[in-house]
Order: sequence, then C-alpha cells, then structure tokens
Amino acid sequence: MLVFSLAAKRACRGVSLKSFHLLTNDGYSITNVEHIHRNTNRCLQSHITNVTRLSSSRPHNSKVPEVATWEPVPDHQLPPPAHIPADLVDKLERLALVDFRTKEGLACLEKAIRFADQLHVVDTSGVEPMDSVLEERALNLRDDAVTDGDCAEELLHLSKKTVEEYFVAPPGNIPLPTREERATILKHSEL
Amino acid sequence: MLSLTIKEMSLALREGKISPTELCRKCLNRIKKTQHLNAYITVTEELALKQAQEAETRLLQGAPKGPLDGIPIAVKDNFCTENIKTTCASRMLKDYTPPYNATVVQKLFDQGAVLMGKVNMDEFAMGSGSTDGAFGPVRNPWSYAAPYREQTGAAPDSDWVITGGSSGGSAAAVASLTSYLALGSDTGGSSRNPGALCGVVALKPTYGLLSRHGLIPLVNSMDVPGIMTRSVSDAAIVLGILQGLDIRDSTTIPAPSSLTELPEYFDVKNICVGIPKEYHAPGLSEENLAQWSRVADMFERAGAQVKQVSLPHTQYSIVCYHVLCHAEVASNMARFDGLEYGHRSEVDISTEAMYASSRHEGFNDVVRGRILSGNYFLLKQNYEHYFVKAQKVRRLIADDFKRVFSSGVDVLLTPTTLTDAACYSDFTQEDNRTRSTQEDVFTQPVNMAGLPAVSVPTALSRRGLPIGLQLIGPTLQDQKLLSVAKWMEQRVGFPSISDYGDSSESRNDTGMTKREQTSAV
Repeated sequence: MLVFSLAAKRACRGVSLKSFHLLTNDGYSITNVEHIHRNTNRCLQSHITNVTRLSSSRPHNSKVPEVATWEPVPDHQLPPPAHIPADLVDKLERLALVDFRTKEGLACLEKAIRFADQLHVVDTSGVEPMDSVLEERALNLRDDAVTDGDCAEELLHLSKKTVEEYFVAPPGNIPLPTREERATILKHSEL
Repeated sequence: MLSLTIKEMSLALREGKISPTELCRKCLNRIKKTQHLNAYITVTEELALKQAQEAETRLLQGAPKGPLDGIPIAVKDNFCTENIKTTCASRMLKDYTPPYNATVVQKLFDQGAVLMGKVNMDEFAMGSGSTDGAFGPVRNPWSYAAPYREQTGAAPDSDWVITGGSSGGSAAAVASLTSYLALGSDTGGSSRNPGALCGVVALKPTYGLLSRHGLIPLVNSMDVPGIMTRSVSDAAIVLGILQGLDIRDSTTIPAPSSLTELPEYFDVKNICVGIPKEYHAPGLSEENLAQWSRVADMFERAGAQVKQVSLPHTQYSIVCYHVLCHAEVASNMARFDGLEYGHRSEVDISTEAMYASSRHEGFNDVVRGRILSGNYFLLKQNYEHYFVKAQKVRRLIADDFKRVFSSGVDVLLTPTTLTDAACYSDFTQEDNRTRSTQEDVFTQPVNMAGLPAVSVPTALSRRGLPIGLQLIGPTLQDQKLLSVAKWMEQRVGFPSISDYGDSSESRNDTGMTKREQTSAV
C-alpha cells in the first residue's frame, strides 16, 4: 500500500527524541528559535532526507515549524523544590483517606509538585481564574419540580451492608489511628 | 463486511443483504477471535442478540428507528449501563451494576443500536496508554496486522504496541472490527489519543454538547463523551443523535442545529487553516512532523489559506491541566467510600478506617497518587498558589484560542500525538504521570477551552502503525470541523486494517462494493 512499504525497517523513536534534544540544546526560550533554526539547519537535513523518502520527496511545508519551538522550563527558573515534612504526609493521608503506601508514593507527589511549579513562570497578573468554559452562558434552568426519585430500593441494593432502609457504617467519631497503626490495619486488610 | 462504515452497513441492513442477528453473531465471533487484544471487560452477548432480534423485527416491518438500528456498538466502561456491570477498570467498582443508563447510552439504545459490550480503559480514565486498568492492558490491533509484522519482524506475544488511552478499548473495538462505533470519554485527549494510535476517527465534541449524565466523572469542567468511528461521516451521524440539552446535566447546551449529513463535496478554498507553531513540541517524531507538513500542503494546494499562528501558552497547558485534573480528581474520588456502593473493606473498627482501607484496596497507585497530589494542591496554604494559579493559566490558554479564531482562522491543524504507538515494554518504563504529560501534550489544551477537535487517521508509519492528525475548531462549530475533517479523510489515503488479511471476514464476502476508495493520494 502506498509509499509506506518502501520505507526503511524501523523508526527509531529513541533516536529521533535524542536528536531533537541536540537540536534545541543551545536555546530554551521561544525567542531563541530563529537562532536554533539557523544553527541546526544542516544537522536537520539528514533527518529530512529520511522523511522525504518516506513521503515521496515532498519539501517541508513552510508554515509548519521544522524544529521544536519550545523546551521544558529549565530547573533553575523554578522555585526551590517543595519539601514534604512527615506531619504533612500524615495530614494528606487523613484528608485524602488514601495512603502513600511506599517511599515511591511520596517521590511521586514531589515530582507532581515539581511539575506543577512550571506554572509560576507564567505571568498571570490581572487574569481572572476560569472555572468553566460555559461562564458566558446562562445555566439552563428547569422547573422546580420533583422529576425523579422513589428508587430507594434500587440504591440500597448497591450497598454491601444495609438494615431496613439504612446504610450501615462501622462505629463513627473515631479518628484514624497513627501512621504506624494504620499501616498494620492496611496490611491486614484483604486485597 | 465488518469493515464497512455505519452508513454502508445501515444501508446493507435495510436492503436485507445481512440481518442484524447475523451481523451481531459475526461481531461476537470476531470478539472471540480477537480476545487477545483485551478490548472488552464485559461482552454483553445475551443483550446484544436480544437487541439485534428486535432490530430485525423492525427492519422486516420496514420501520427502522434510524441509521443506527441494528448496528453493533461498544461503550467505554465508565458510562453507566442499566443492569450491566460498569467497572471503570477498577477494583473499586468491579461488582458495580448501575440501576440506570447514561444519557448518551440511552440515546443509542433508543436508536436501536446493539451493545456488544463494555470496553477496557485505564482505571477511572486516568492514563494515556490503557495499560493501567485492573483488567490488564489493551493491545493495539495494528500490532497483529501485516504492515507492523513485516516492517519490524516483531514477535506476536512480546512486541505488541499499546492502544493509547484512556479509551484504548473503544479504539481497539472499532479498529479490530468488532463494533462500528464506540463511546469513549475525553478529558485531556482520552479519545483522540487512542484514536490516533489505532487509526480510527475520534471526535471530542464541544464541551456541553453531549450529556455527561451517567459518565463517571473525572474532571467535571473538561469531561466530554467521545465518539469513535471508522469514518468522519459516521462520527457526524452519531454526533447528530447524541447532542443536545439534557435535563439531567445542567452543563449541557442546546445543539446549534440538528446535524444533517456532511456535504459529500466540501470546498476548502474559502477556509483558513491555522498551523499553531507551538505544536512542534520537543519529542515530535520526524514522521508525525512529515505528515503534518504533508496535509498542510494538501490544504494549500487545494486553495485553502494556510498560515502559521501562535498559541503562546501551549507549553503551560499540560502543566495547568495536571493541576486542575488532580484537584478535581481528589474531589470526585471522594464519593468512593465503600458505604453506599463499590468495594467495601472487611476492616470494621471505625468508619474512617473502613473508608481508608476500602480506598486503599480499591484504587490503584495512579488513582491514589492523583488523589494525594490533588489534595496537596487544594490545601489551604496551596490553594491560591497552585489551584487558582492554574485556573488563571487556563484562561490564558482559552484566550489564545479565542484570539486565533477571531483572527479569521477556521480550523487548526496539529499532530494528535508525538509519535506512533510505543511497544508495551517501552511504554511502561516510565510512570503513568510522566507518560500522561508526554502523551496529552497536543490534546488537552482543547479540553481547557471546551473546543471541538477530531483526530483523523492520516498514514501508516515506517513501523506500519497509524499516525493521526488533529483538527480543532471554534466552539460549537463541530459540523464545519467535521466537514473539513471529511475533506482531509478523503485525500490522505489511510488504509483499512482489513486490507491486510483476515480473509474470512473480508468485506467482499457478500459481493458488496468496496468501501469508497480513499486511498489515492
């Protein structure tokens, strides 16, 4: 079918990623793109030869940028990494009602925060937060009348423990035990 | 036969070339044959045969309900289906059977569609590979097609490639010819990403056009049901059926017009195609770039105005998405406590302990991780710094699109993904969070702004795997977007998977005409 079968054996995802790194190594902001562009044109040619063979010797469309136009925000532009103290770990686990389980869980949170820190590079002074893309529309209102309900039976069916028309919970008002004790409980909980 | 479009199959059913029951059995057989893909969590054989029988009666009476009557469909397992398990690919909901249908599912049933089953995904739709569900990863059907096998000499059971995600089961079901339509969901690209990697059309409609009632929420301000089909015209048919106000979802908006069929010939001379330069992101493969360039050329040669535009905040969109998504996830996942529905732990010493252990047992690491970071971003001391900051960046991203569309651009052309599909073994070298930030880079900005976008299969890569390109339109211009997409589809020459073997199910087995030739460039 078409030109594909003519092409080389295997696309090297790793290679193409690496080479893009090379291409953009000497500049990291959008304003530097022109500069990168000039400097790496020759290097890029070798890639393009490959591509053109693939798509039947068509020159690159001038509107489509030939090299990446941005790079991830470099580390030194970010605020210092957040530190998660032990009491915060405990607080989060109590709030979220899930546990970190392992050290990797905590490392994952730290990475997530680090990633989010890139937001602070963006100037948002004078910008209103946006909750919804429908903010300019009036919400559709319906008549204030009961249209649904009478399905208690069906809903109670979905619960593991009920008595008459009640959901049954274990004893309440008992705060979660300490982290260590929690770990033992979870170990004994059936997976 | 199985590789026809909905439009063609609908006609075949009306003309009596095949009956809905026969068709249903063929699809059920094919599901069995393609079990190794792990596309389905639940196959609803009994219901399918019953629905097919009903469709058959209607067709015999000459009174079909519409173009979907008797057509086999698949539904992602995060849409509620009455009396059919809806698991979200999670242990938390593995025994959950909803007492109601999601609005979009009900609408499909009302049209006589035949449900083949509920399809696999990443747990609670959190992921971009369909590798992180409680029922195992989904395999890309193209892993087993001749182009990939021949180009890479891959071994069948080790070198299979991922479907993308999170609606990987939906994409695999349509691509492997077991259903003509699949519902996916799209919060940050979850329909378009697997659509691109599996070579199917994936539409993310304008936010609010399709009801979310009964779609188990991930990020309420971005979730939309996704439509996955084999042709753009089919996506338009389904959009026409599903769109519109729903009394049960206050975020729905009235449809701008009842969709009529897309024009067979659409003149692109009068349209302006924007090429957002920021969509050449680090890591874009040379092949995806070449396809982007090729299709830009195609538009240009046809007389469309093609111009480079800038969406300057694109780079920060994925970061913003990451914070908003985790925050909304933290809040949405709070409903799962083991008390009213879902998994309940045996730990019974206190309510809190029961909650914590049910959630510990029910959620995978990815879901737990997002709940924890979401809670972190929402802490009183972090709320302004992360959550509100992200909401501000969201406005900048939405404004970027507004500016471009008000400058006369009708549609934006971008890659859908950075590369073609990765081997499972390579993909899982990195964690879910890293992968999501890589994979969703071109898809989630649209969700931030609520715009319609569609991924159109464009070419096979040198590895013999699909590459898709994305078209983005202004809000509520879904129909025009699809008209442009159809124009593109007619010219790119993307092959059908059925061109490569499996002769037992070849489309010629009933002497039907070949699917409209789309392969001449």
